[in-house]
Amino acid sequence: MSPAPLLSVRDLRVGFATEGGLLQAVDGINFDVRPGEVLAIVGESGSGKSVTAQTIMGLTRSKNARIEGSVMLDGVELVEAPDAELRRLRGDRIGMVFQDPMTSFNPVYRLSKQIGEAMAAHRDDLSKQDMHARAVELFEAVGIPDAARRVDDYPHEFSGGMRQRAMIAMALALEPELLIADEPTTALDVTIQAQILELLGQLNRDRQLATILITHDLGVVAEVADRVLVMYAGRVVEEGSLDEIFYDPQHPYTWGLLGSLTRLDRPRPKRLPQISGTPPSLLDLPTGCSFRPRCPHEFAKCTELPALEERTAESPRHCDRCWLSSEQKREKRQVGGQIGLEAPA
Amino acid sequence: MTTENLLEVEDLVKHFPIKRGILIDREVDQVRAVDGISFSIPRGQTLGLVGESGSGKSTACRAVLQLIKPTSGSIRFEGQEIAGLSRRRMRPLRREMQMIFQDPYASLNPRKRIGQIVGDPLKRQGIASGSDLRKRVQELLVRVGLASEHYNRFPHEFSGGQRQRIGIARALALQPKLVIADEPVSALDVSIQAQIINLLDDLQDEFGLTYLFVAHDIGVVRHISDQIAVMHNGKIVEHGSADQVCERPQDDYTKKLLSAVPIPDPRESRVRRQGSTATS
Ligand SMILES: Nc1ncnc2c1ncn2[C@@H]1O[C@H](COP(=O)(O)OP(=O)(O)OP(=O)(O)O)[C@@H](O)[C@H]1O
Ligand SMILES: Nc1ncnc2c1ncn2[C@@H]1O[C@H](COP(=O)(O)OP(=O)(O)O)[C@@H](O)[C@H]1O
Ligand code: SF4
Ligand SMILES: [Mg+2]
Ligand SMILES: [Mg+2]
Repeated sequence: MSPAPLLSVRDLRVGFATEGGLLQAVDGINFDVRPGEVLAIVGESGSGKSVTAQTIMGLTRSKNARIEGSVMLDGVELVEAPDAELRRLRGDRIGMVFQDPMTSFNPVYRLSKQIGEAMAAHRDDLSKQDMHARAVELFEAVGIPDAARRVDDYPHEFSGGMRQRAMIAMALALEPELLIADEPTTALDVTIQAQILELLGQLNRDRQLATILITHDLGVVAEVADRVLVMYAGRVVEEGSLDEIFYDPQHPYTWGLLGSLTRLDRPRPKRLPQISGTPPSLLDLPTGCSFRPRCPHEFAKCTELPALEERTAESPRHCDRCWLSSEQKREKRQVGGQIGLEAPA
Repeated sequence: MTTENLLEVEDLVKHFPIKRGILIDREVDQVRAVDGISFSIPRGQTLGLVGESGSGKSTACRAVLQLIKPTSGSIRFEGQEIAGLSRRRMRPLRREMQMIFQDPYASLNPRKRIGQIVGDPLKRQGIASGSDLRKRVQELLVRVGLASEHYNRFPHEFSGGQRQRIGIARALALQPKLVIADEPVSALDVSIQAQIINLLDDLQDEFGLTYLFVAHDIGVVRHISDQIAVMHNGKIVEHGSADQVCERPQDDYTKKLLSAVPIPDPRESRVRRQGSTATS
């Protein structure tokens, strides 16, 4: 039924040589993104979300980086592709949106000029007028009011939310098939966030845009994602459809994330369930399951690294990395009638 | 009166002048950052302040603490008027009111050891010194979830959540009555946010602290607050019990703010999306 994947990531590993030794920021991850699908990547800071996204776009290539594995975009291998080829793909087939739009624009040029140049770098058949008209069209598409006039503004004349829209407009300029958005709404107010999420959802539906959305906010995930990848310390610990992750979570870390959410539509609990401890240093990972020092359910077997495996025959694309049996998981994930880790006494 | 108010703020105003001019700065306009707000906090309770970026939350906090001079208005702490008090007369009150900041890193001196950072206020106020000081600081570190061995370490050796614990220990060192926390968990990971919120909750129970708690995350504010005040353009547009404001908002702006908060529940958010497309 579902279309073939546009992007396939296989056994991707990204390490950086640092003073403290080799830092394995991404340690063997796999996923697919199909046209019209929103894949959300969630996890704490430092879990490898941004390195994953940047590696897909070829932005982690540096002297101290070691990149292994495969990233296929519609049959083209990106990990081995020459820099020039990647530059061509970025913008043309892959659009990018980052957390802080201010750093992505040059403050001294008008937005219309910057968007025009982004297009000119890929297409030589467009005249200046064409590019200007196209920039206005894009601004209209992302809901910037008075687009024809505002397109000639400088970045600092825009509010945070409008800059983020302009950034999305630029990312869409060449009609990419894949959009990678790294914390696109984290710096925005909730009212503006709601508008940007609505816009991303709409683009995804109308243009069959494949989208990778990186966020640490499960509320954002629930609003827009089709599939979810939960990362912890450089590895995927759970992957599944949106509903599988929220209503049938298998990994204790996912339970912890879901359990510690505050919800406005529910009576408030006396205490917030919390995950105790802190994420491990990537230079000094515990042996076996990386979540072990924080997991209230760890047992002898957990000193070995569990594989990322599917749990049941009925949901073949729902995988997790935990030694507990399915029965144990069903029993342990309920704390006080809710999914979550046990709150400390 | 059954509950006594620790803090009473009346008609607080803070305007910042906008200056332009070539030779002489002329005041051309004003930013009405805080534009006449009133609230009070009963002893031992928490008032949550929510609102969008630029609505005036931080300015209000800084004016209450007299870190900036209010344009006008009254601030009473334990019944005593403190607006306009001289620096000297403010000093003994300073230890009663402490602040916790958003960015735990920027607010800790990188060249000082943790023991010094937490202990300095105690030393400056002449409350403790020598081995007594060390013992008190180590007890505090343990109380906020750190270890007494952390005494000799530097801020960069700690994670964001641990740094926020250091900031909390420093704020509590002088046994204040009022703690103003401006976005204390916004920079932290979700799993660590819950730890810090629970810690603040416990400390309030243990020491009878009164909190003014600012955050843009309404879910977090509702969890910790007894009352919530919603700020918009320098004014409080709605004020009530935490559950009342979140469950039965009266003001249009509050309603808009609440409806923009994503619901971390796919089924609910699908229902809400259908509802909004049906009506639009
Ligand atoms: N020193 C200053 N000079 C001029 N304007 C100021 C000054 N400090 C704050 N403002 C303005 O006052 C208004 C309120 O700012 P404030 O920092 O209180 O907002 P806030 O509600 O804390 O926002 P955020 O959620 O972004 O922290 C803003 O318009 C801000 O630009
Ligand atoms: N160029 C680099 N050199 C060394 N370490 C890096 C580099 N880029 C990222 N890292 C490290 O890789 C880990 C994962 O980072 P990142 O992907 O940015 O996390 P996040 O999940 O918060 O986006 C972190 O420990 C980070 O410090
Ligand atoms: S493998 Fe063990 S330690 Fe890791 S999450 Fe599962 S139970 Fe916890
Ligand atoms: Mg990141
Ligand atoms: Mg502020």
